[in-house]
Amino acid sequence: MIPETLKNELLTRVAHAVTPREAAVDVMNALQAHYGWLTDAAVVEAAGLLGLSTLQVEELATFYEMIYRRPVGKKVIHVCDSISCWALAGESLLERIAGHLGIKVGETTADGCFTLLPCCCLGNCTEAPTMMIGTAIHNRLTPQTALVCIEGERKSIEGGPR
Amino acid sequence: MLLFRHNRHGRVTTFSEYRQGGGFVALTKALQEMTPLQVQQTVIDSGLRGRGGAGFPTGKKWSFVPRDLPGPRWLICNCDEMEPGTCKDRILLEANPYSLIEGIVLACYAIGVRHAFIFIRRGYEQAAANLQLALAEAKAAGLLGTNINGSGFDCDIELHLSAGRYICGEETALMNALEGRRANPRVKPPFPAVKGLWGGPTVVNNVESLANIPDIIMHGAAWFRALARIATAAGTKLFCVSGHVRQPACVELPLGVELGELIDGSCGGMRPGSRFKACLPGGASTPFLTAEHLNLPLDFDTVAAAGSRLGTGGVVVFDQDTCMVAATLNLIRFYARESCGWCTPCREGLPFVVRLLEKFEAGEGSEEHIAILREHVKYLNYAFCALAPGAMGPVEGLLRHFEDELREHVISRKCPFQKP
Ligand SMILES: Cc1cc2nc3c(=O)[nH]c(=O)nc-3n(C[C@H](O)[C@H](O)[C@H](O)COP(=O)(O)O)c2cc1C
Ligand code: SF4
Ligand code: FES
Repeated sequence: MIPETLKNELLTRVAHAVTPREAAVDVMNALQAHYGWLTDAAVVEAAGLLGLSTLQVEELATFYEMIYRRPVGKKVIHVCDSISCWALAGESLLERIAGHLGIKVGETTADGCFTLLPCCCLGNCTEAPTMMIGTAIHNRLTPQTALVCIEGERKSIEGGPR
Repeated sequence: MLLFRHNRHGRVTTFSEYRQGGGFVALTKALQEMTPLQVQQTVIDSGLRGRGGAGFPTGKKWSFVPRDLPGPRWLICNCDEMEPGTCKDRILLEANPYSLIEGIVLACYAIGVRHAFIFIRRGYEQAAANLQLALAEAKAAGLLGTNINGSGFDCDIELHLSAGRYICGEETALMNALEGRRANPRVKPPFPAVKGLWGGPTVVNNVESLANIPDIIMHGAAWFRALARIATAAGTKLFCVSGHVRQPACVELPLGVELGELIDGSCGGMRPGSRFKACLPGGASTPFLTAEHLNLPLDFDTVAAAGSRLGTGGVVVFDQDTCMVAATLNLIRFYARESCGWCTPCREGLPFVVRLLEKFEAGEGSEEHIAILREHVKYLNYAFCALAPGAMGPVEGLLRHFEDELREHVISRKCPFQKP
């Protein structure tokens, strides 16, 4: 269950919308931020808040690249594999990161810190190659600097609250 | 310079700096001295064409909106910007969110819109934060909200944050996304101008298109037209150049600037050891240009006449060591993954094209495969929306300019660029 304050915040957001379901992405984002991913319980809660069926929420949840309907690590690493990043890094960057983390693309590290996913153009093409860890963008990557970024993130995850 | 003229180095322009630089003068002028139709006519006369990829004349699009239907009309600013190779809208908004806001209010005045939305993608949190602040500042200064500048005109702008999906940038999918529906495209006609968001007349315009409006109103249509390098074009354009150039950059240049000048002048030429082989002129869906096009003036009509499209102005440059089959494969993989799955030609056809290109790369391609590839360029035009035909743009370019390279994959039974 989400805390009462968050629930009220979301109810206000929904009431402010032209039609309730217009707020669907905001509601899913907020629930995901709370639970870490969009859990089954969160889908039910979102449906309640939006006045939709769970199936209708599912239709939306499964559509977006950055709504996670499966458990993910504390931070998701999205590595851009679109053309400008590919031109400079080829396919090797993602593989190097996967090798370093000891997981396959799509998996989560055993310590629960990271999930690794390829993603579409992050709109940083003039500063390629690019990845996003959580919401932080990292640009002009080499395999070395990418690993440094990741280890830096790991320290901040282990060191502090989420 | 027009779009970047308010920019400060390394930080976002402030509200007062924007105003000191002549910001919101156009809005004040329009509300006091011009009718909505005069604003629209000025934009029509300016020759401004949409910067979101299709190049449709902006003022003409506005003129399609019926003014006599009951119920609200809507304006949506498209900041989904997920076209690979394109980052101009982000760079503009991270430097200056005010031109866009002023442009949106002017557009709303011209079309008679009370509520506008800015649809912004995931990953653009800084741009969204800049906009959020700028909207509050404009509202506090009476330049947004009710009775703007005492004119009696009301207009509000709301941010809609998306969660990452390329198809949301397609204008009818965008309307579904905004309404909180699964973002499959809608059938056209009815066109959005007549029946769009919540069934009301709707205009969808790109960030860069709208950010041009204040200076067009301020300085007039003739001034805007004269900004371009060639007589048939109008205005400036944000070009984002990425790939194998020395200094990848997003620059504002007159439309009609030559491709070679863009690369050599603004980006310091090719990176050391690289020679120009080809480029995408305007994002992932535009057919390749080659070295024979380095003198080509970059405008919508000129690039179209050369068999490609100016698109978004996202120029991705490839050097002599790039395998064009591999580059095309990367592009088609993107489209296959981003297909919304609604229609069969795209949902089934794009993965099929991916497998074909993988065959060539693996040295298993044949003459027959080349013919099948060519057929698919034709067939995918029958898809439900512009995603699938766009996806085939690079394949068309590959077949037109690099058929020999493709054939070399067949004859030598391997990718000739693969390191041994
Ligand atoms: C698959 C697809 C994705 C698109 N993505 C965008 C986008 O991210 N931003 C954008 O402005 N236009 C995008 N467009 C074009 C829009 O459909 C629309 O033409 C444009 O927003 C209109 O604005 P304009 O007339 O100012 O260019 C896309 C089109 C397609 C087919
Ligand atoms: S062409 Fe592709 S993206 Fe467009 S409706 Fe069909 S499946 Fe969806
Ligand atoms: S292609 Fe990677 S950020 Fe645009």
